[in-house]
Amino acid sequence: MAEVSEVLDLSPAAGEGGTGPLVEVRGITKIFPGVVANDGIDLAVYGGEVHCLLGENGAGKSTLMNILSGMYRPDAGTILVDGAEVQIDSPRVALDLGIGTVYQHPTLIPVFTVLENLVLGQGRGLSMDTKRALAGLKQVAADLGVEIDPRALAGRLALGQQQQVEIVKALWGGSRVLILDEPTSMLTPQGITELEKVLLQLKERGLAIIFITHKLHEALDVGDRVTVLRRGRVVGTLGPEVVRSTSRDELQARIVTMMFGEEAASLAGVAEVRGEVTGHRTARQVSSEVMLELIGVSVEPQRSEIGIRDVSLAVRRGEIVGVAGVDGNGQRELAEAVAGQRSVHTGDVLLAGQSIRHTSVSGRQRMGLRYVTDDRVGEGTVSSLSVATNLILKRIGDGPFWKRGRVCDDAISECATDLVDSFDIRTPTIETSCGTLSGGNLQKVLLARELSFDPRVVVYNKPTHGLDVKTTYAVRDRIRQLAEERQVSALLISTDLEELLDLCDRIAVLFGGRLMGVVENEVGAELEVGRLMVGGDSR
Amino acid sequence: MTELFTTAFVAALISGGILAGMPLLLAALGETVSERSGVLNIGLEGMMLMGGYGGFVVALYTNPWLGLAGGLAAGVLTALIMLVFCVRLGLDQIVVGIALLVTAEGITSVLQRAQFGTTYPRLDAMPVFQIPLLSKIPAFGQSLFSQPLIVYIGFALVVVVHWVLGFTSMGLNLRAAGEKPQALDAAGVSVVATRSVAVLVTGGLGGLGGAYMSIVGAGIFVPFMTHGAGFIAIVIAMLARGRALWVLIGAMLFGMSVSLSTALQLVGVNVPQDVVNMLPFVAVMVALIVFARQAYLPAALGSPYTRGSR
Repeated sequence: MAEVSEVLDLSPAAGEGGTGPLVEVRGITKIFPGVVANDGIDLAVYGGEVHCLLGENGAGKSTLMNILSGMYRPDAGTILVDGAEVQIDSPRVALDLGIGTVYQHPTLIPVFTVLENLVLGQGRGLSMDTKRALAGLKQVAADLGVEIDPRALAGRLALGQQQQVEIVKALWGGSRVLILDEPTSMLTPQGITELEKVLLQLKERGLAIIFITHKLHEALDVGDRVTVLRRGRVVGTLGPEVVRSTSRDELQARIVTMMFGEEAASLAGVAEVRGEVTGHRTARQVSSEVMLELIGVSVEPQRSEIGIRDVSLAVRRGEIVGVAGVDGNGQRELAEAVAGQRSVHTGDVLLAGQSIRHTSVSGRQRMGLRYVTDDRVGEGTVSSLSVATNLILKRIGDGPFWKRGRVCDDAISECATDLVDSFDIRTPTIETSCGTLSGGNLQKVLLARELSFDPRVVVYNKPTHGLDVKTTYAVRDRIRQLAEERQVSALLISTDLEELLDLCDRIAVLFGGRLMGVVENEVGAELEVGRLMVGGDSR
Repeated sequence: MTELFTTAFVAALISGGILAGMPLLLAALGETVSERSGVLNIGLEGMMLMGGYGGFVVALYTNPWLGLAGGLAAGVLTALIMLVFCVRLGLDQIVVGIALLVTAEGITSVLQRAQFGTTYPRLDAMPVFQIPLLSKIPAFGQSLFSQPLIVYIGFALVVVVHWVLGFTSMGLNLRAAGEKPQALDAAGVSVVATRSVAVLVTGGLGGLGGAYMSIVGAGIFVPFMTHGAGFIAIVIAMLARGRALWVLIGAMLFGMSVSLSTALQLVGVNVPQDVVNMLPFVAVMVALIVFARQAYLPAALGSPYTRGSR
């Protein structure tokens, strides 16, 4: 197969500059209960290169990285650093070997200052060597061209800055290998550009960088070498000479085939796969009837939140209005205020012209206002209950599922079977407990529940977050279809700008709990939204 | 009312406050260390009882200082159980804590009974150490500055805990273990080791507090003598939000609420014994109602850490 030769043509590159790989893994296998996360993975990482690990969610990228960083121990296989075999059985060992990691979920402690976060684990004996730490921070920050206040609380920093601190932390002990796990997932377009600059700096200093992503275009943007993982196996590696000499379109085509195999053809239309921002969807006819209106809505923050202040927004019938913004800028507060899960401090919420400020959650539900939460496991479903019960979770006590206080199992299973069919939920039976479903299927359960029984306005909170490409595609299709065919209005909260550009008629931007502006989804919307996302003034 | 605040009243209030407050102070300092590292030690009262009994027995056969050391050791030994079950094996901290408490209550009662029957041997009072000059101050001199040496050590421990938590790498590790253990692990420090140290320190301080109660405070050991002090210490630690200096204030206030009745009797106001026994618990309830909103608990408190769990 062509892929095999691509793996083999690594060797000439290894000869470049007369150095072997900094880190090499051979035959790494890791088995979790019921799933082979890594299946005999071979990988070689060289200094002065950005090595992209590309693959769908669940392809085994993060598992491999956790093995390198000492968080997991492999069930089989060997790891070599500088050609010598090593046992990485704790993060300490990885750090001592010069392998620094920026995890997908931030590992900064929000109530610690930047400095405290940096000196964590650095102490010798009792003393905290803050002087050395300060000097080191200044040095690294200058090298990377970033500016960080060492006395600021980490939790107060913007996510991009937090990530810069994480990078500094990962480089702290003189790391020569830097692993970045999905580093762009929390960043604005501008933040991503900055990150790319930092990576370039590091590369020039001879570091090996492992860049994990599921976005093809990112891999093409930053990668010198690209390895594609699929279902726990390496399906191919494109060496630097291949990446340099091949046109972008051809690379894309080859990688898509590797990533999705025989399914590639059916996914040709997916923006995520093509790796481009399609942007400005074709204008649709939207009625002028306002379905959901927020008038000067403020919500008091709960701990570690910022709340929302004076948000005014109208969603018309059949319209999809996006809410963009970096996570933690008031999205959840906004969604819950509309859904009724949180009281509105000042202002008013109107559903079809009628104030629902004092209407209960179930009252709003009955009026056709639905909320698809982003917390699928915690808030959205009850893991220990069956799929069927979860599907009617918000109708407990209502007919036809309950009659005079008694549950009617037949009505429930009939309804559940219908929904499982029409929403393509992959579950062994409707009696299977929800906790055993994958994230994608869990999301389908949520959608099936919220979108049944005549929805009029739906609030989606990060509806495709963490889903694989196929499910993402299916979910977006359903949102679009519902708006176009059944005139259901939608408030679509997402941190994925591409998703908003793909689906929305208009995009509102939340920053620091305030609505910075609403942008019509047309040419150039991306830049304008990006500018508002970091707090730029509306034009 | 002004004649109420006589020298005798103030002195009685303070020395009584220290007598009742010192065990709370020591135990609550220990609980603070433990909570900061993410381990909720419900069994604190059990550790105090073990320390109280162990310390008393050692003191009876040797001397009070060895007794206090013995109490500390007994507390550490009890904490070892907590360490194995909660930190290493990751069992539920509340269940294990309650089990420890019940076990300690049973063991100390049985041993006390087997050893002494229904007699309660009494220890001599510990010598008082008068601080030169300061002990001449009216009211405060006879109370605050004329105390057994262990009292000053107790106050010094407040400073030590404050310094360790706030200004050393060990304190930083402890706090990180309580806030976000995975961050500590990723930084290359063992969460298990960090929390183990914290749990043992808690056991030691709790045991010392119990030993103070039996050796210095009462001079005898009676089964169940801690009488809820361990739980009051937990409340103090939580309300102090992990800050050692606030633990000191809290413990002394609670101590004084106990000594208030004695002090009142000195100036001729008689308070029934039942009311006296009730006072610390009333104080707890008042404190909780007034200050509960301000309680800050570390984010990872009570949750065991397993590397790489998803």
